[in-house]
Amino acid sequence: MSVPLTLLGLLEREPSHGYDLKRDYDTYFGRGRPLPFGQVYATLGRLARDGKVVIGEVQPGVGPERKRYVITEAGATELDAWLTEPIEAEPHLQSVLFTKVVLALMLDRPAQDYLDIQRGAHLERMRQLTEIRRNGGLVDGLLADHGLFHLEADLRWIDTTAARLDALRAEVVRP
Amino acid sequence: MIEARDAVRSFGQTPALRGATVAVAPGEILAIMGPSGSGKSTLLHCLAGILVPDSGEIHFDGRRLDTMDEAARSALRRDRFGFVFQFGQLVPELTAEENVALPLLLGGVRRDAALRQARPWFGRLGLDGLERRRSGELSGGQAQRVALARGLVTSPKVLFADEPTGSLDSLTGEQVMDQMVGAAREHGTTVVLVTHEARVAAYADRHVMVRDGKVAALTPERVLS
Repeated sequence: MSVPLTLLGLLEREPSHGYDLKRDYDTYFGRGRPLPFGQVYATLGRLARDGKVVIGEVQPGVGPERKRYVITEAGATELDAWLTEPIEAEPHLQSVLFTKVVLALMLDRPAQDYLDIQRGAHLERMRQLTEIRRNGGLVDGLLADHGLFHLEADLRWIDTTAARLDALRAEVVRP
Repeated sequence: MIEARDAVRSFGQTPALRGATVAVAPGEILAIMGPSGSGKSTLLHCLAGILVPDSGEIHFDGRRLDTMDEAARSALRRDRFGFVFQFGQLVPELTAEENVALPLLLGGVRRDAALRQARPWFGRLGLDGLERRRSGELSGGQAQRVALARGLVTSPKVLFADEPTGSLDSLTGEQVMDQMVGAAREHGTTVVLVTHEARVAAYADRHVMVRDGKVAALTPERVLS
């Protein structure tokens, strides 16, 4: 998760104070990992230094001054480029699981059992996410769905691999 | 609640179960997974008393199912078990409410009483207004929910579901699963769910895998709240 770009996105919506940015970040994107205030202000400081935000009017009052941050043209351009660009479709060609399976076959260990253990871990996580999806709101539900689809893809790979273990063994084990 | 001990079952020369052992606790939702031809549906059919294993034992509520005669097993299936299959298998000549009432009618309940008992399920499963439609006039998701209502109308102890979302798109399938799990939890119904889909299995409390006719545990037993 890119914190600077996410904050820029929240500022594109409307000029905001650091406190409001943190609150909205935590609500929509924090997912149990709230953004520390220090990181919010350090990030806003860097964005200001780089000309992507400017400080609008300062509201005096009790306690620290409340600075209102406004996105600049440069900031909006960077945000737009980020939103438009696809995320790298990571092929995960060297996943840890793949490595474990190949090593298990090379070492004559029970690769099928290792895959079952992984299946169980994936299903348990999918069960938890399904609970969240059934009992939570739409935001939590869609985030849970994202996790569920990825875990499901992993499980399909596990199924395919489990069905081809003998062929894979023939390929990776020295005669 | 329901248990298979070392169940063996062959079809001709082809073995389907080679010593399958699994136990389902009261109120538990168990997912039986496995590739096509692994024996998972045969295991469900043995647990439900549709098939009798060649050897091994099936226990339900402290009684041996595999030694009962067909009439006793049939009565047990009708009175204590509910079923949902991949294709709803509704009777096309009957209306939706008659389909839901069917297990009650077969059990000897009078027609008006059976229909009265069937109707609340339409509201519960979001099927209001569809009572008089025939299966050809229902969408796939609606037909499957009618089949689910039929499976639950007798308040069964155990609901057996064999690929219950197999013919549905994923969103509709999720709605059916949400309602199946919701109804099962509400009534304390034990569910034995056969599926090859991980997203469907994820609704279950526990997961086992049938491979080469034997059962392997995938996730541990959970304490049900």
